[in-house]
Amino acid sequence: MEFERREAPFVTPPTDVAAIMQQVLLALVPATLAYVWYFGVGLLFNIAIAALFCLLGEAVMMRLRGRPVEDAWSDYSALVTAVLLAFALPSLTPWWVTATGALFAIVVAKHLYGGIGFNIFNPAMAGYVAVMAAFPMYLNIWTAPRMGDMDYHVMTFYETARYALTGTLPDYLDFDAISRATPLDLVKAGFNNMRTFGEIQTNPMIGDFGGRGWEWIGNFTAIGGAWLMLRKVIRWHIPTAVLAGLLLPAGIMYLVDPGQNASPGFHLFSGGAILCAFFIATDPVSAATSVRGRLVYGFGIGLLIYAIRRWGSYADGVAFAVLLMNLAVPAIDALTKPRIVGHPRRQGSGSG
Amino acid sequence: MSAPTYDLGKLHGGLRLPSEKEKSTAQAIREVPLPAQLVLPLAQHAGEPAQPVVGIGERVLKGQLIADSDGVISAPVHASSSGRVVAIEPWPVSRRRGDKAPCIVIECDGEDRAVERAGDLPPYTELAPEDLQLLILQGGIVGLGGAVFPTAQKLMQAVTAPLDHLILNGVECEPYISCDDMLMREYAMDVLRGGQVLMHALGIDSCYVVLESDKPEALRAIGEALAALDDERLVLKQVPTIYPSGGEDQLVQLVTNREVPSGGLPSDVGCVVQNVGTAAAAHRWVNHGEPLISRVTTVTGDGVADPCNVLARIGTTLADVVAVAGGYTERAATMVIGGPMCGKSVSNDRVPLVKATNCVLVMSAAPANGREMPCIRCGECAAVCPVQLLPQQLFWHACADNEIKLREYGLTDCIECGCCDLVCPSHIPLTADFRKAKGRMRELADEKARAERARQRFEERNARLRREKLEREQELAAQKREALESAPEAIQDMLRRAQQQKPDGEDD
Repeated sequence: MEFERREAPFVTPPTDVAAIMQQVLLALVPATLAYVWYFGVGLLFNIAIAALFCLLGEAVMMRLRGRPVEDAWSDYSALVTAVLLAFALPSLTPWWVTATGALFAIVVAKHLYGGIGFNIFNPAMAGYVAVMAAFPMYLNIWTAPRMGDMDYHVMTFYETARYALTGTLPDYLDFDAISRATPLDLVKAGFNNMRTFGEIQTNPMIGDFGGRGWEWIGNFTAIGGAWLMLRKVIRWHIPTAVLAGLLLPAGIMYLVDPGQNASPGFHLFSGGAILCAFFIATDPVSAATSVRGRLVYGFGIGLLIYAIRRWGSYADGVAFAVLLMNLAVPAIDALTKPRIVGHPRRQGSGSG
Repeated sequence: MSAPTYDLGKLHGGLRLPSEKEKSTAQAIREVPLPAQLVLPLAQHAGEPAQPVVGIGERVLKGQLIADSDGVISAPVHASSSGRVVAIEPWPVSRRRGDKAPCIVIECDGEDRAVERAGDLPPYTELAPEDLQLLILQGGIVGLGGAVFPTAQKLMQAVTAPLDHLILNGVECEPYISCDDMLMREYAMDVLRGGQVLMHALGIDSCYVVLESDKPEALRAIGEALAALDDERLVLKQVPTIYPSGGEDQLVQLVTNREVPSGGLPSDVGCVVQNVGTAAAAHRWVNHGEPLISRVTTVTGDGVADPCNVLARIGTTLADVVAVAGGYTERAATMVIGGPMCGKSVSNDRVPLVKATNCVLVMSAAPANGREMPCIRCGECAAVCPVQLLPQQLFWHACADNEIKLREYGLTDCIECGCCDLVCPSHIPLTADFRKAKGRMRELADEKARAERARQRFEERNARLRREKLEREQELAAQKREALESAPEAIQDMLRRAQQQKPDGEDD
């Protein structure tokens, strides 16, 4: 009897890239629900627009590179980029801003570097920074969280859609009626105005830890992240290191001077820290690869987030922190190479 | 995602694989009937092929030497039944490169008549370790775990270093394979007596018999045999069931917590590892005079009707072996020698069962492995690598054929266990790529060696030419001197005349 010949191993891998990306998307569902609850349906528009342009950009780039579009679309990675970009943008964002970010992420940050697997920078964060530079005015408008006890207008579906498509509000609305400073903005402005953290915390926008609403979004994001860890889609190293890198300096500074520094809890539950720890920093392509390397990479991101929030001019620093550490990845990988079993142990670090 | 998930084990990396062994362990070992024809490859072991010592047409008996070891690392081959040698010719075999290798083909006479031994065997304990090693060499005993390194030479190499432990490897970590498990269940005492033989050959007094935790029946059988044997030098050890804990270096690490140095041998850390099947074979040869002419093999997979373990003569074709396991099912599409992780596929079943054949795995057509996608640097490959390599980085350097980087990232330390392949979400055939890269590296080294030899030859030739020229000159000078001394006056007269004539000649 004749048989077909193949190479070992003869076992089918149990997972694939598409399955990983699908699970990441699934894990973002709780955060999406919480986000929509507190900040309105704008996020869904952002996701739809970002997805449309990410897929479009990917199709065009694959065509230009002479490869089947199907190859890129079937791995769902463009959708993950789209959703993460949408999460970074305010819920009220005109479509062209989202589209610019999406196209920059896919065309420049991803495909000009060689497509999936070859991009140095996290595409979503690169796209976000691009719109931050191009349209800073659109990124400051955050609707107030829906808390029930606060006096402001909750955007309807029609009003949100209109803004997303035209960038204008109906005549009967203005930004003062719908938007509020984010908790991180409040703290930054408060410290600049010589107010103590205790005084800032009396603002109705601030909850038990971080901003009201933001706390719950953080919780739901963490649930998704924990599920990914349980499924072994991501490992614990990067999330833990990011949070440690943020909370350690925040804790020390808060202990040293609780008046002039926000609490670690505030840092954790405001802005994009949790989303970054579980979903952004864990992007394997742009992260370090070895276990020790990932601890260093994550810790660096956490530290940079804290440094930018505390001493920088931006309220949040997730995007910059991630991109800066992306740059450091080749060096981290080279310096954290594990010792091969059977090779002599070096004194000190295993640098090579 | 209904596929099984693979957990991390205690050893660095590794995988918990679905064992698939129950299929073939449900029934006792079956004997494969004497086939009409036996095909015995000359190269069934690592090292130099054996040299035939029988001619075509010659009658041979069961257990008769038909090809003798040739070279420093080699092993003899014995006839597994009686009959007539009908051919010594290339035959399809299982090997990495090429499809055929020279084999001795024996037409069996059905009598299965064995060689008669002159007198009783002397007890091995009366032999010096060196003599016992030589005896083991004559039995054609090789490592039955799959690497088939000649056992005698392994023992000879090992005794040059100070040794602490003999480790009998009963860890069958690859899925599907259960031949060692069944051997230990049914021939536990043979294994232990073989351990005693090997200890004597090594001149040491410590032997660990190591099994995985998922073999309760074999553990019980070995435990009972140990109690019956009452030899305190033998100790039973259990290791967790993690692939690839049965790898030689991995096993040493698990059992003794010593790392075999890169490029070194277990004997560098005082250990010698032998498969339990090898030990049983050594026992049967040394104590009963039966050379290695049969072995236990697992026949399994969804491509065979009745998976089981068989006791087969070396040289039986796989078609005959599979017939004992109920023949093929409709799904049979791929035939693998060895396990699903490290095995080799063969193109047809005329291939004979050899000393290395621990498993015949017949599988249905591979489920579409999915397209190979770009590496997304997820690092899972590094997390599961038992030698702590960075397969993902190795892959880059293998693509670029960067030999220096490949060495730096430890390509030569890769044990080709296949763990990285299995967890790769991009379905990159990493192990196959590493095998190829190793092959290229070997070729490059061979080429370098050839170039070096050529350079040496060239330099030696130049040196020889110079030397010969010098010798010629010296010889001429000596002749001149001799001539001067023997007839000084006549010659000096001639020289004088020549000198007197010279000025005139120059003035012309």
